[in-house]
Amino acid sequence: MRLKLVPQETNWDFFSRPKLWLGISVVLIVLAFVSFGLRGLNYGIDFRGGTTIRTESAQPVDVGAYRDALTPLELGDVVISEVFDPTFDADQNVAMVRIQAQEGQESVTAEVVAQVEAALQSVASDIRFVSVESVGPKVSGELIQTAAIAVVLAIAAVLVYIWLRFEWQFALGAVAALVHDVILTIGVFSELQIKFDLAIIAALLTIVGYSLNDTVVVFDRVRENLMKFKKRPLREVLNLSINETLSRTFMTSLTTLLALIALFVLGGDVIRGFVFAMIWGVVVGTYSSIFVASTVLLMLGVKRDWSKSQDTTGNQFGNVDA
Amino acid sequence: MLQIDLWKRVLIWALCAAGLFMALPNAFYSRVEGVNDARAAIELQGATAELTDQAAGWPSFLPASLVNLGLDLRGGAHLLAEVRVDEVYEARITALWPEVRDTLRPLRSEVGTIRRQNAPADELHVKIGNPAGMQAAMAAVRALAQPVVSLTAAGEQDLTVRGQDDVLIVSLSDAEKLATDERTVQQSLEIIRRRIDEVGTREPTIQRQGSDRILIQVPGLGSAQELKDIIGTTAQLTFQPVISRTTDGSTDAGIGEEVLPSLDESGVFYVLEENPVVTGEELTDAQPSFDQNGRPAVNFRFNPSGARKFGDYTAENIGNPFAIVLDDEVISAPVIQSHIPGGSGIITGNFTVEESTNLAVLLRAGALPAGLDFLEERTIGPELGADSIEAGKIATIVAFAAVLVFMALSYGLFGIFANVALILNIALIFGLLSLIGATLTLPGIAGIVLTVGMAVDANVLIFERIREELKTARGPARAIELGYEKALSAIVDANITTFITAVILFAVGSGPVRGFSITLGLGILTSVFTAIFVTRLIIVMWFERRRPKTIEV
Repeated sequence: MRLKLVPQETNWDFFSRPKLWLGISVVLIVLAFVSFGLRGLNYGIDFRGGTTIRTESAQPVDVGAYRDALTPLELGDVVISEVFDPTFDADQNVAMVRIQAQEGQESVTAEVVAQVEAALQSVASDIRFVSVESVGPKVSGELIQTAAIAVVLAIAAVLVYIWLRFEWQFALGAVAALVHDVILTIGVFSELQIKFDLAIIAALLTIVGYSLNDTVVVFDRVRENLMKFKKRPLREVLNLSINETLSRTFMTSLTTLLALIALFVLGGDVIRGFVFAMIWGVVVGTYSSIFVASTVLLMLGVKRDWSKSQDTTGNQFGNVDA
Repeated sequence: MLQIDLWKRVLIWALCAAGLFMALPNAFYSRVEGVNDARAAIELQGATAELTDQAAGWPSFLPASLVNLGLDLRGGAHLLAEVRVDEVYEARITALWPEVRDTLRPLRSEVGTIRRQNAPADELHVKIGNPAGMQAAMAAVRALAQPVVSLTAAGEQDLTVRGQDDVLIVSLSDAEKLATDERTVQQSLEIIRRRIDEVGTREPTIQRQGSDRILIQVPGLGSAQELKDIIGTTAQLTFQPVISRTTDGSTDAGIGEEVLPSLDESGVFYVLEENPVVTGEELTDAQPSFDQNGRPAVNFRFNPSGARKFGDYTAENIGNPFAIVLDDEVISAPVIQSHIPGGSGIITGNFTVEESTNLAVLLRAGALPAGLDFLEERTIGPELGADSIEAGKIATIVAFAAVLVFMALSYGLFGIFANVALILNIALIFGLLSLIGATLTLPGIAGIVLTVGMAVDANVLIFERIREELKTARGPARAIELGYEKALSAIVDANITTFITAVILFAVGSGPVRGFSITLGLGILTSVFTAIFVTRLIIVMWFERRRPKTIEV
């Protein structure tokens, strides 16, 4: 007896309400923009500069007392938050202290860190500083720039690759899905105010890769079916292709999610935000490859006469599967 | 039909075996690490019985290279420093003034009086009394220029000279600035490396980043501050002529002069000539020692050219004080008692033994040619790293188990074939990571976990395809063959696109992000390899043995 996520034969109509699906996506994108505009991202020090200190003590964390101890130092914006995690031991109380970048300094000076440490020590005598990280405003500005470049570059490279391997309509469909995923991910991060740092950029790019993976598998089948059923309407061919690959789409998404959820629960708080981004990306990416990429492809239409193009144009990079 | 040549079979298994073999040391991480340390120690200081015992803990015929653990897993200090390359221009320009002065002096009848003027730090402005002689002055100063020493700027001169009314402006040419930047950063890199090596820590990373930055990562160090102390932000030693001694710190220094505080007499300042007689760069040796009163001191010796300059200067200036300046503080300003010809001397001051030892180390390692700005510093405690490794390990095992069970339930026997490939896949990733000496970071572990989830994708594609083909194809062998054939283009396209993003991450990312891109990229390579070759081979071997009439995927 086999585990089956979807029936052997499916014949669901994914395009019965194209406007509804696109509408949902558009609404979500608008919401993401609104959230981004109103709340903004909770940038980590990688992107805004400043210092974070991670403390550990056997005594429970008293955020108020920590704040009182640091106020006299006049360090500007100081954020203190307690960290909870199921992987911590019973007497492991962790807090994060974030200090803004100080005026006119490239990096927080050792004196400031020493002052903060001394002040906290006066509140909790057994406190230990398990990590101290400072990023100067100069670097953080550059980091945000390279991060943006990385995301744009990745999307552009993919656009070109799919264009070469398929047709421009496919490339646009795939990129629409990618942009959709990236925007929704950023929206979730701004809405939930999860720390947005360099690792999240890596997660974003992985989402790009994953979402694409899904889209390409569907498109590959679309291309095959377009050659097989030359006369059937595009809508039917798309629907057939999605149905044929549906079982695989669910299998892969589920194994990936299984692995990611294990990491989310057990991997510790340091990478939880990163893993959350990827889980979200897998869910959104799976949705978008069916409902965004294919719908866009349906709306753009696609050239039907594939048999000729194959040997005359250079659109296909040789035939890899030959 | 389902045929794979023998040589291919041998090659596939050989590659898998090689991967497992390379990955093996990582299963005994701490043991192999101890052995590696012991071997390195023996190489360095010769064998002792204890070290030999330790080194024997791992057979020498087995590979011993391990996956490096990143700072976030092992704990340590990370610094990103920017070299103030501009400082070198300034020093060059300052050093140029006496030369320019001496060149123009014989032409005085033509150019009139010559006087140095205040100017931006990277330019030398000389006012001449007779503007009509500007052409001659410019020609004379231009003759001082020398060809730039660099491969890319062949034929260019190092100085640009221009006249503006009655002011002669000398500055470094752009080609020379580039060449100087290059030298300054290379030199800084080398000096930092030497200083860190002198402390002797395991596997420090010292890399150049961009045009003027240096990334320094030292595992196992207590804090970034400690690392900064080792690098010794600026240990610039100079010997400068003393003009006067004062207790007023706001004394106006003339052009080409500077006011520096004394190190141990508070409230005492010296007015010095900016141009040093000799600098620490010309030191060949420095050793901690004691002066005639038994106080800690540092003995030093100059190289021949430094010794000559020092000798000449002391011969000409007997009875005058000169200052020993370290990092813009006057350590001492003794009066020159006699000509010092040998090029060696002693620095005395209120040192403790420890301070004099440190100073000697700093001087011996050479001064940094320019100051450093620290743009980024991170300290990660070892316990946080250990917690992360522990959490990562458990998460990976659970993720792994979940995927294995899920695959077996979904695809039965074929699922188990895919599971064998998945296990091999992880071993191959670790083998490759050890082989290329890559660094595993916490996001890198996430990359592996993600690979575990995604690696089955290629197999899923193939199995789903085989299921489809079973409905139409003639017999199981044909279905398997077609399944592989037709799934290939989807596998290739899907993985190339993901690989593109991994490459971009590697190219623009740094630190942990790069660690993630490495495991992701390697994971894609190994998962495609295992899906296309390994599972196929397993299936073919099983098929040949059993010859089933029907198969269920």
